[in-house]
Amino acid sequence: MNLLYGLLTGLVFGFLLQKGRVLRYEKQLGALRLMDMTIIKFMMSAILVGMVGLYLMTDFGMDVLNLKPTILGANIVGGILFGIGWGLFGLCPGTSIGALGEGRWHAVFGIAGMLVGASLYATLHPWMMETVMTWGDYGRITLPGILGINHWIVIVALIVLVLVLFRWFEKIRI
Amino acid sequence: MKYDDGGWNPYIAGALVGLLAILSVGLTGQFLGASTTFVRAAAAIEQVVAPDRVAENVYYQRTAARLDWQGMVLIGILLGALAAAWHDRSFKSESVPPMWADRFGTSIWKRGAVAFSGGIFAMFGARLADGCPSGHGLSGVMQLSVSGLVSLAFFFAAGLLVANLVYRRNAS
Repeated sequence: MNLLYGLLTGLVFGFLLQKGRVLRYEKQLGALRLMDMTIIKFMMSAILVGMVGLYLMTDFGMDVLNLKPTILGANIVGGILFGIGWGLFGLCPGTSIGALGEGRWHAVFGIAGMLVGASLYATLHPWMMETVMTWGDYGRITLPGILGINHWIVIVALIVLVLVLFRWFEKIRI
Repeated sequence: MKYDDGGWNPYIAGALVGLLAILSVGLTGQFLGASTTFVRAAAAIEQVVAPDRVAENVYYQRTAARLDWQGMVLIGILLGALAAAWHDRSFKSESVPPMWADRFGTSIWKRGAVAFSGGIFAMFGARLADGCPSGHGLSGVMQLSVSGLVSLAFFFAAGLLVANLVYRRNAS
């Protein structure tokens, strides 16, 4: 049953990723080169809607949040390494699979690289555990949590900020 | 330079992904993500060539070779993208991305080599950071998780730098 839900979720996700045209190398590099913000518009819209929904559920007493621990060393070093690879490959793990689905078969080279990267990480994981993953371990924390304010203040502020950003994107047509 | 062929309004398509995420979390408790599946797939491949290594590896013990919810999501993404491309006839067999070809030519191997090395960095980084633009970017940030916000910021900062180095004016 769980697997069936996964397949259905993926089908809808893949359909929307393709319709939003975010599976393209051009769209991802377009954002990184600050020429075409399609993927930012797509991603931020998903985040705003999801954020409101998840926190409403939380307020109604549903225990839905599932936070990944914040380890600054791992998040920052890993984030930089991912970004370097993303700039070269031009697709991310999820979108590379979708790109294959719409015929952009050049994604196979990056997918092969990602499998090698996964294997390499599995090999070096014990060493990472002793080094990078001990730097700045703060556990499962949220932005409203560390600011010590109600989450709706952060949510409304973020919505306003993102809407201003969207307006600016449309104004300068990127 | 325009590489567009229509498609849906990205704000609407994105907002629908937000609804999908809410529905998925509400119904099954599952958050969207993608990169863990690459570890499981790598483990499955290595089990054929070097089963001892897989059995001894701590990380593979934790993230074993099996098809789980997220693996099914990736299969769904492949099929969903295929269906959407079929639906508006945007399916195209493409050996090199057009933007890349405009600058660096149509050699499959030149593009392939850069993409392959990029893939290695990207997945190593995603596993170290414990998430990719789906797991950290979408699922993490929509929970206002500090790990998601920090990771996403560095994904973009480093990506921006590298993409602009690759496409700097005199490069070819």
